[in-house]
Formats: sequence, C-alpha cells, structure tokens
Amino acid sequence: MTNILIVVVVILLVAALVQILRVSELLSDIKNKDVNEITDEDNNTQGILFLIVGFGFLIFVVWQMVTWNHLLLPPASSVHGAQIDTLMQVSMGLILIVFFVLSPILFYFLYKYRGKKSNKAYFFSHNNKLEVVWTVVPTIILTTLIIFGLKTWDKAMNVDVSESTTIIEVYAQQFNWNARYSGQDNTLGKANFKLVKGSNILGVDMLDVNSSDDKMSREVHLVIDKPVLLKFRSQDVIHSAFLPHFRVQMNCVPGMTTQFGFTPTKTTAQMKESEGDDFEYILLCNKICGASHYNMQMKFIVETQEEYDIWLASQENLETKLLTQK
Amino acid sequence: MSEHHKENFITKYVFTMDHKMIAKQFLITGMFMAVVGMLMSAIFRVQLANPGETSILYNLLPGAWLNDSGGLNPDKYLALVTMHGTILVFWVLTAGLSGTFANFLIPLQIGARDMASGFLNMLSYWFFFIATVVLLSSLFVETGPASGGWTIYPPLSALPQAIPGSGTGMTLWLISITLFVVGSLLGGLNYIVTILNLRTIGMTMQRLPLTVWALLITAILGVLSFPVLLSCGLLLIFDRSFGTSFYLSDIIINGEALHNEGGSPILFEHLFWFLGHPEVYIILLPALGIVSEVIAVNSRKPIFGYKAMVGALLLIAFLSFIVWGHHMFMTGMNPFLGSVFTFTTLLIAIPSAVKVFNYLATLWRGNIRFTPAMLFAIGTVSAFITGGLTGIILGDSALDINVHDTYFVVGHFHIVMGLSAIYGMFAGVYHWFPKMYGRMMNKNLGYLHFWGTFICAYGVFFPMHFLGLAGLPRRYYSNSAFPMFDGLSDINELITFFALAGAIFQVFFLFNFFYSIFKGTKSTQNPWKSNTLEWTTPVERIHGNWPGELPVVTRWAYDYSKPGADEDFILQTEPLKEGEIEH
Repeated sequence: MTNILIVVVVILLVAALVQILRVSELLSDIKNKDVNEITDEDNNTQGILFLIVGFGFLIFVVWQMVTWNHLLLPPASSVHGAQIDTLMQVSMGLILIVFFVLSPILFYFLYKYRGKKSNKAYFFSHNNKLEVVWTVVPTIILTTLIIFGLKTWDKAMNVDVSESTTIIEVYAQQFNWNARYSGQDNTLGKANFKLVKGSNILGVDMLDVNSSDDKMSREVHLVIDKPVLLKFRSQDVIHSAFLPHFRVQMNCVPGMTTQFGFTPTKTTAQMKESEGDDFEYILLCNKICGASHYNMQMKFIVETQEEYDIWLASQENLETKLLTQK
Repeated sequence: MSEHHKENFITKYVFTMDHKMIAKQFLITGMFMAVVGMLMSAIFRVQLANPGETSILYNLLPGAWLNDSGGLNPDKYLALVTMHGTILVFWVLTAGLSGTFANFLIPLQIGARDMASGFLNMLSYWFFFIATVVLLSSLFVETGPASGGWTIYPPLSALPQAIPGSGTGMTLWLISITLFVVGSLLGGLNYIVTILNLRTIGMTMQRLPLTVWALLITAILGVLSFPVLLSCGLLLIFDRSFGTSFYLSDIIINGEALHNEGGSPILFEHLFWFLGHPEVYIILLPALGIVSEVIAVNSRKPIFGYKAMVGALLLIAFLSFIVWGHHMFMTGMNPFLGSVFTFTTLLIAIPSAVKVFNYLATLWRGNIRFTPAMLFAIGTVSAFITGGLTGIILGDSALDINVHDTYFVVGHFHIVMGLSAIYGMFAGVYHWFPKMYGRMMNKNLGYLHFWGTFICAYGVFFPMHFLGLAGLPRRYYSNSAFPMFDGLSDINELITFFALAGAIFQVFFLFNFFYSIFKGTKSTQNPWKSNTLEWTTPVERIHGNWPGELPVVTRWAYDYSKPGADEDFILQTEPLKEGEIEH
C-alpha cells in the first residue's frame, strides 16, 4: 500500500513540475523573453550565492573541527606514533592553510568577476613567470614534505629486533584474532596450515623445539616502554590488523607472514585516567573479510613489567595445553 | 559514411553507427546506472544511521536476496557497497563519462564526420550494454551479487565459502567486467585513431581544445591499463573455476584445508592497482577537460596557460602509472618500495596544483556568465582543491598507516574523484545538451540542482574525514561493536541526512533532462557563443555533422575577448586578420 502511495505521490510531483515549467515558459513567451538566457541579474544572484555558500562551507568546516575535535583519536601511545602525529600535524596544518587560502580566492573571484553584458573580460592567455612560480613553490613544499615523510616512514618500518624485543604472533581468521607468545626462548615455533587440527588452531608444529614453550592467548598483554614485534598470519582471507591508538596497521595475508614493530608508551591504566574508565586498546580488522568484518576484535593491554610477568606466568604452555586437551 | 544508407528506427536509435547517437546511448545507460548506484548508497546510508532498522527503501530494490529477511544483514550490506563502487567507478564515471563525451565531442571538435570506425564504435557500446545486463542480472541470483568490495581482493572474492556473494554473483561480476573491458578497449582505440588521423585541415595538435587533449590522454591510459585488469580477472577466473593457485595459498576455510599453495593475493593487488590507479585518472581527466572548456567559454577568457595545462595532463597521466603501490602501503610489501611510491605519489600534487592555479587565473578578471554548466565546472574546481589536498595525507606512507582503509579514504576519494568527475559530467551535459538534442535545459532547475547537490555533497563527504581520524574503518556494517565509536553516531546521522537530501535533488536533474529533450525551448546554433567547431554544425544534428565541406581551422579554440575583435568570441574557422598574431 505504501509503495503504491509513493508511486502516486511521485507521479503527481512530476506532473506539477511539468505544469510549473510550462507556465513559466508561456509567461516568458508573452513577455517575448528567452527563459533560459543568462541575464545580468542571474550572474549577480549566482555570484553572490557563491560568496555566501562558499564562505558558509568554510564556516561549516571550522564548525566541524571545533565540534568533533574531542571525537578524534587521542595522541599516539607509541614511540613511532608520536613521530607520525608530528608529521600529521605539519601536513594537516599545511593543507588547511592551502585550503583556507585557495577556496576563498575561488569564491571571491566568482563574486568579484560575475559577468555583465556591458563588461569585457581581460585577454590573458599565459604568463611564463607566474607559471614558473606556481610550479616551483609547490615543488619545494612537496620536496620538504616527502623528505619528512620518508624519514618518519623509515623509522616506523625498520625495526631492530634485539634481545629485549618481545615477539608475538597475531593470527587472523574469520572472524576473530588469536595471539601466540614466543615463550622463554623468544622464538616462535614453526607453523603450517596443514597442522591446524582440534585445539591446535594455529597449526603450530609441535615437533619444532621452539614450539613447546609458546603460549596462546585471546588477548595481548604488552609491557610499557618495551619494544614488541608483532608477526601476522591469516588463516583464510586477507585481514588487516589495525591498532589505531598505537598508529599500527598491517595486513594479514594468507600464505605469508607480515610484521610490525613498535614500543608502547602508555599503560591501559594511564589511558583510562585521561580517556575515561571504559577505555581499552583495541585491535580491529580493517580489510573487508566477510559478514562479521565489523565485529572482529581483540583487546590489547599495556601494563608494567610486574603485572605482565604475573599474567604471563598464569598462561599455560602450548605443549601442556594441547596434551591436556587431546 | 552512409549518405545513401536509408535509416529506420533500428539503425537510427538502436544499432546506430552515428557517434552522436552512440554518445547518447552511453549517457542514458550511465544515467540509469547512476540512479541504481545512488539508490544503493541511500539504502546503506540509512543502515549506517539507524543500525538494524528496517527501512521502506529496502523494498524498492528487486531481488530475493534483499527481501527474504525484510532488512539489511551484513552480507547484503557488503553486497550493496560492492555494487555501488563497481557501478559508480566503471559504469558511471568511466563508460558514462568517457563514453559519452569522447564519442560526442571528438569528431565534432576536431572537424571529422564520424569516428574512424563507426562499426567498432557501435560494438563498443553493445559490449558495454551486455556487460550492464550481466552485472544487473547478478543482483537477482540467489546468493547475491559480488560482495568482496569493488576491489574484489582474493581470497575473499575467490571463495564462495568465505562470503556468499563470491559464488555465482562473483562469476557474473567477472564476466561482466571482461565484457566491459572489451567495450572500453574498442572505444579507446577508436578515440585515439580518430584524434590522430581525422583532424580537419588546420586542426594541429596545438589547436586542439583541452577537452580533446584530455580525452586522448584518457584513451591512452585506458588502452594501456585495462588489459592488465583483464588478465588480472582472468587469473582470478582460473583460480575460482579451474583449481589454479595464482592468488591462493595456505588457506583453511570452514575447517577445510584447500590444496592451493604458492600463490599470493598480493600479486592480485599489484595487477589490480596497476589498472586501478590510472583508472582514477581515466575518470578524472575527461572531467578536467570538460571543465577547462566550460570555464574558458563562460569566463569569456582564454584558458590560462594552455601549454601548461596540456603538460600537466601528460605528467599526471605518466605519473599515474607509477603510483599504484600507494594503495598497498599496508600489505606488507617491502618498506623501501613504499618509499618509492610515496615519492611518486606526492609528485602528482605538482601538476595538480598547476591546474588549479591556472583555473583560478582563468577566472581572474573574467566576465563570468553563470550557466548551470559553469556552476558545475566551478564545483569541480572546488572539489578538486578540497579532495586533492587530503591526498597529501594519504599518499604519505607514514601517515597512511593510521588512515588507510578508514573513512578518511572514503571522504577523500569521493570528493576528489567522485564529486570532481560527476560535477564535470553534469557540466558537460548542461553545456552540450543543446548540441545533443537541439533544445535547452531549463536554467532555473539547473541552478536548483547545482546548489542542492553542492551543499549536500560537502555535507556528506566532508564529515567522513573526521570519522576516519577517529579511527573508523570503512565497510563496517555497523559501528556498534566498538565502544570507541559510540560518539560517532551523530556524524553518521548528519551524513545520512545530507545523502538522502542530495539524492532528492538529482530528481530535478533527471526531470529537467527528459523534459527538455521533448519540451525544452529550441536552441540556437551557438547558444554559449563558443569558439569550437561543434557549434558550427547545424542545430538539426545530421549524420556526417557538416552539410557541406568540412570546416577549416585557422586559430586555437580560446580566442575569447581578444582585443581588436568585434565580439567577445572568434570561431576557430575565422581566418586570422591581417597582422593578427595567433594568441
């Protein structure tokens, strides 16, 4: 019934529009005027509209920046993340300046040079000096940005794996995450998808000597100020491990291992103080992976060494776990 | 040419070889697909604002896959997002835009009677048409259409066990895109050959209107990159249907270990984006070409820096082939490779900036006439500034770490590619409508359409940047699973409000378009007082374009308000006066 009503309403609206148009055209016929000719009055109205709507748009942008500022991610909780934030501020500042210079120029020109039949435009087809200036200036600015960006990228991506780096595997599957700690030897045991069976959901090769002390977990605990190297695998389709608070993201690709290293700088407890009690570090999936893509998460907890040691000690070794559950 | 060939309804309107009619076929098919794609976005925007709520809109779309539960479930949501992207990127902004204006403008603006091969041109449309039918038919299959995102990354797109849309729906998607590529290659080769060989006497490359330059470069991009998409899709077909392992390795799905070993999904991404990035410029460049023409005509000034504009087009086109990796910074590819792609990507900002400055310089001291086409052309420039700038964030690999695949990306490309291109397309339709149909579109409806669209579009896409900076990933069916996104529902409601309002304003355009075809006021031969050759053809739009001899060109296309001339425009066919120097 509602569908029929909608159709009827649409038909009536279209019919009304046709009639309005016909009337306006007939009226202009009587006045002997071309209804579609662009008059000086049109140019005037549109020029003024551009000025008003254009600046309205700029105000809308400022309003959004003020109103929604508190919704944006808090400052980074990692060493490289802080550098990314700095680069972000510089780049964002720069593009905002350019935006708030070029857009007003555009809207003002439209208002200022709105046409009149009696006016004539200025014939100005090229000017080499001007063109060189506005090629060279962006080139210099962009070169600076590129150098700054590449340095930050270099620092973020090239991790030195030292003795003190904790190595943790993050394993993605439709639609959840699992983690594996490398244990005392700080070396992950080998894994193969063919070995996935029963409770050995990661396919860890238990014949590998490095495997026995590995530990599996449904959440990831990290120690503040201690570097960590996450190694990613996927069981089925491409997923993307996204830890927005740490400025960390890496795709998890079936058939290969990817990695991302970082050093957390704020504990969950510290974050709860500044961001509210319900704050948690969260790992999200950020590559379309199927129906429950929107709800694929794992908790990350950053804590002190003591808290971490207690937690880790309470976790079962993979070997014991698999034996007891067989 | 078929002067002695008798025309009936079929040869005139259906299997036509007249480039003007083929252009209209592309345009109307593109418009139809745009409506379909827009309705899909309206549906998923309603879902994002009111998660889980059933909406009356769902009932408007056909297909059992949508109606069986009365609401939108996650699978269907992803299907809609995928089809929306596919339709808008390929059907509307590639075929609808290039197909329409390359076919329509190339022969008319270079002074040719038709395309080099009318037959190939006809084939190009009909391949596109069949592709359209196949794509739309995938909406009606039981498991739903392709749902792995318009980028169809395997293994998701290769395994029906991973998502139902990767079954028959994906097969149809691949068949459809194969037909689409064949059609666009036939068209593209034809455009290139026509521009290089059929220019009339005096129409040197330096005198080509910028629209033709843009369409030429677009066609070259398409011819070089679409075959890569074709092979990319072909390998996927092999993986899906014949058990090969180009893209698949080490997979367990639904508890079953697959036999595939040694393939790599990253290979697919490289092949896909080798097309995918030039594709962005295949979409954008024709719009920029149209905009250059419309802005010059309506500012009553020559386009500023013609040579720089052509140079910028060429540079953008060249760079577009060596930046594809910026879509893949987070795939785990070698960080050094990421550095290279960051470098080449940020370089694109330079020719883009030159284009913007040249547009501003063209407007400066102009005598601007605000036709609806001019409003949309300005919309393109505004969107190109707004959206282009956020590209500097995304192209920087270090910054991309945290905004990759978030709503920041969605906001960015919808403004710089979506809005710029669709505004350019609107500008083209309003500007050349009199040439297409011999009638004028209604001015006031055009104004209403522009302002409604301009305001709503920024209302939709600008706030998305904030969602992205809050960390919200794209392609999420609902944001309710994460407490950290709870504060974002207001923004989502605002976006949906503007999206629905913006959709309603498109009704004014559709109405204006179809009303004016039949009832619009009659056009004069050169309603915009423009210099280019298409306005020297008769209003009646005859097969062969010019009744007598082909026009002879003696000057460039941009002699507007030239000092010493009686009028503020001089047709390209007007001989140089004694002592007059060419611009």
